[in-house]
Amino acid sequence: MFVLVVGAGRVGSAVAKRALAEGHEVSVLDEDPLSHERLDAGQPRSWEDAGGQFTVGTALEIEALTAAGIDGADVFIASTDGDNTNLIIAQIAQRQFQVPKVLARVMDPARAAWYGEQGLQTISPTQHAIEMFELALYGTAA
Amino acid sequence: MYVIVVGAGKVGWNLARELLAKDHEVTLIECSRQRYLVVEDELEHAVQYGDATELWVLERAGIQRADLVIAVTGDDEDNMLVCQVAKEKYLCDRIIARVNNPRNLPHFKLLGIQPAVSATDLILRLIEHEVPRYGLVHLLALEEERLEIIELEVSTDAQVVGRRITDIGLPEGSLIISVLRDGSGFVPKADTVIEAGDEVLLVLDPGLEDSITGFFSPNGVS
Repeated sequence: MFVLVVGAGRVGSAVAKRALAEGHEVSVLDEDPLSHERLDAGQPRSWEDAGGQFTVGTALEIEALTAAGIDGADVFIASTDGDNTNLIIAQIAQRQFQVPKVLARVMDPARAAWYGEQGLQTISPTQHAIEMFELALYGTAA
Repeated sequence: MYVIVVGAGKVGWNLARELLAKDHEVTLIECSRQRYLVVEDELEHAVQYGDATELWVLERAGIQRADLVIAVTGDDEDNMLVCQVAKEKYLCDRIIARVNNPRNLPHFKLLGIQPAVSATDLILRLIEHEVPRYGLVHLLALEEERLEIIELEVSTDAQVVGRRITDIGLPEGSLIISVLRDGSGFVPKADTVIEAGDEVLLVLDPGLEDSITGFFSPNGVS
């Protein structure tokens, strides 16, 4: 499977590293060249030596997405630190590049829920946190 | 008309002020506290503080009854998101989005957000208008209606010079709607004779420009 991860923050880089370790082909796109350090951290080999790909660029630029290999991607993960950026680039991956599986990280539960209803697979860390808190407090989530 | 304007920068603030002066009901939404306080000083209750990409902020502003939503923040993703939600979730009839980076224009189109207005694009068109280097000026493109209006200057040795409009044989899907001659314009009739130096306005189906320019440019070269 070829996985393209856009946004190499804590979540994106962790998901990318695991996917590579699982034997998948992984490409990471981030506008900050320094985010590459997160991909190397705690690893015996550098990201590239381990077989990973890293591209510096902005996700709204089609050239950057193309350079990162979106045309051949089986999975697209939008995990930048901006909800709206993730929602827009996920839709570009879906509609323009027909990536079969598209996942978007959306902090705001309301936006995550509505876009989820529209056919975009969204993951809301905030919603998960709310549920975990409720589970810890009441033994059941609302 | 009830208008929601998102983003109280120079564009949004002035837009809100003009719309209020024209007796429209306006809510301006601004997400920077500092900016909000400055604008609130003048516009008072017509401005609300909040991130308009959060659904409850739009609902608090009454998006369900808005006739028009205009997103003019400095962030293209925010503008796209606000307009997409306004159109698809709240079924708002009319939206207008500002495009900050003209390279993002295809994304607005991909998401069906129209009209999307780019200042860079507008200025480029003005330059075309002032300096008609290519002989053709795009005046208006009605993308949803699939029509455009263009302006052309008739060159001295163009094939249409001295011919009646009915004899020119313009392609199907094009129509001369106005002729500007010696500084004044008129609506031509079938037997109006085109002269060199005329400026003609045409309404076209999209994609016909190339076949049209040949009629009005020197020796049929476009």
